[in-house]
Amino acid sequence: MQKEIIIAGFGGQGVLFGGQVLTYAAMDAGKEVTWFPSYGPEMRGGTANCTVVIADEEIGSPLVKNPPLAIALNLPSFDKYEELLAPGGTLIVNQSMVDRQAKRKDIHVIFVACNDIAEELGNKKLLNMVAVGALLTALPEITMKDVERVLEAHLPARHKHLLPLNCEALKRGFEAANKVPA
Amino acid sequence: MTRELWKGNEAIAEAAIRAGLEAYFGYPITPQTEILEYLSRRMPELGRAFVQAEAELGAINMVYGAACAGVRVMSTSSSPGVSLMMEGLSYIAGTELPAVLVNVMRGGPGLGNIAPAQSDYNQAVHGGGHGDYKPIVLAPASVQEAIDLMVLSFDLAEKYRSICMVILDGSIGQMMEPAQMPEMKPIRRADWEWATDGRMGKRERRILTSIYLDPIEEETTNLRILSRWKAVQANEVRYKEYFLDDAEFVIVGFGTAGRVALSAVRAARQQGIRVGLLRPITVSPFPFEVIDKLAEHASAFLVTEMNAGQMLDDVRLAVRGRTPIEFYGRPGGVVPFPDEILSEVQRIAAGPLSIVSDPRDAWYERMMATAR
Repeated sequence: MQKEIIIAGFGGQGVLFGGQVLTYAAMDAGKEVTWFPSYGPEMRGGTANCTVVIADEEIGSPLVKNPPLAIALNLPSFDKYEELLAPGGTLIVNQSMVDRQAKRKDIHVIFVACNDIAEELGNKKLLNMVAVGALLTALPEITMKDVERVLEAHLPARHKHLLPLNCEALKRGFEAANKVPA
Repeated sequence: MTRELWKGNEAIAEAAIRAGLEAYFGYPITPQTEILEYLSRRMPELGRAFVQAEAELGAINMVYGAACAGVRVMSTSSSPGVSLMMEGLSYIAGTELPAVLVNVMRGGPGLGNIAPAQSDYNQAVHGGGHGDYKPIVLAPASVQEAIDLMVLSFDLAEKYRSICMVILDGSIGQMMEPAQMPEMKPIRRADWEWATDGRMGKRERRILTSIYLDPIEEETTNLRILSRWKAVQANEVRYKEYFLDDAEFVIVGFGTAGRVALSAVRAARQQGIRVGLLRPITVSPFPFEVIDKLAEHASAFLVTEMNAGQMLDDVRLAVRGRTPIEFYGRPGGVVPFPDEILSEVQRIAAGPLSIVSDPRDAWYERMMATAR
């Protein structure tokens, strides 16, 4: 088994932490895993992305050109990864930040209004967890419980009080993605 | 021991501490700054020496001084910063001192960029400072290997009174992987017979120097350095083999280029192409002998690097024209994707290949044809 995930969006949308949550969950599930961030000037505004590779055996390339799974948190990322996604793959798109429909028919594009859901929960920074929750519908190797345990263990101390809200965000994302007809 | 998630640069810093790093001198430069940042916090906590020098030149000369005193010392930098350290490195080599230097390589030449690259292979393995010396050079391909090799680097440096460099590209410095840290070793200052650590009036004066005005004396020193190098070559070659048992084609790649090639090897195997991978872990001493043996049976070699063909020359030296060698490189800070290497493997498997053509020239022609 090997699965690759790219998470992309604006700097500040929680792209890197979203990827780390999946990485910790995969590690705790006994998998091999790599987390590879974009570390260039894009970290200071502009777009950011990270690649997570989850596998049963030693991982070769930590980068992937055509991932089977991706999260696009803004329009430029939607444009880029809709084109690059492997046929049959699943793309989670943050509907709150895009103004167009999907073009490709050979991939599953799931629109989830991450910003709106996060704001309903009272904290717009939760949008990355909404997106991660949505992605879990296409990543059976990692369960919601796995991710909740990760958040409990690795959420920075200053954010610990946000644990219940983070878990709620995950759940809302998962449910929203499940409601979208395949 | 449990696995923890470590970022490459921070893992290197912590591994060095656990190996008994007593003094660190450095200067920030992307993509290795996290090493310095991490040590700036941890070293003072442990009562150990951390100095952010005024520049790389200062840092390497502080390393020189601490090495004279016999303490476990290291510096870290990235390509342009390492270039600045070359004079000091040559002095350390000439004075026959153990020291560890990490180069988290980035795109070059010149200021280049901060993207992952392997274009300092020649500087580390064949060149660097002036004079006749060879550093030991280790090339990790993962965070765990970076940790293990950091610990090894201090032992090798001390065992052979040699510089030990750890070269990795920016991607290993920046990526996170699960890894196990070794146990914390206490600081232990060996009672080196050469260290200038204060004689307290009790023993003969010791002199550490790289100045031998008498050429015969300098020649003797050079031969002494060479005799240690011969022991390094005999004892310290390390590499990892993947799918080589029945391999008709052999890829040689180190560090990230090696692990990207592993993905290509697996994909090619699924298509029935019998290809394997040799990933040198020590690029100096280079695994000449194992390549020499592989050349007896392999139909062709493919060398993959994130540069314009540097280790390629060492592979050619080992193969000695017996088998065709092909090259695929991405210089300038570009990391190849597995499918690029896979299509090279497919091209090689389809044949025919020339034994006389220069692999770098042939690669250059293909690159230019793609660009057109």
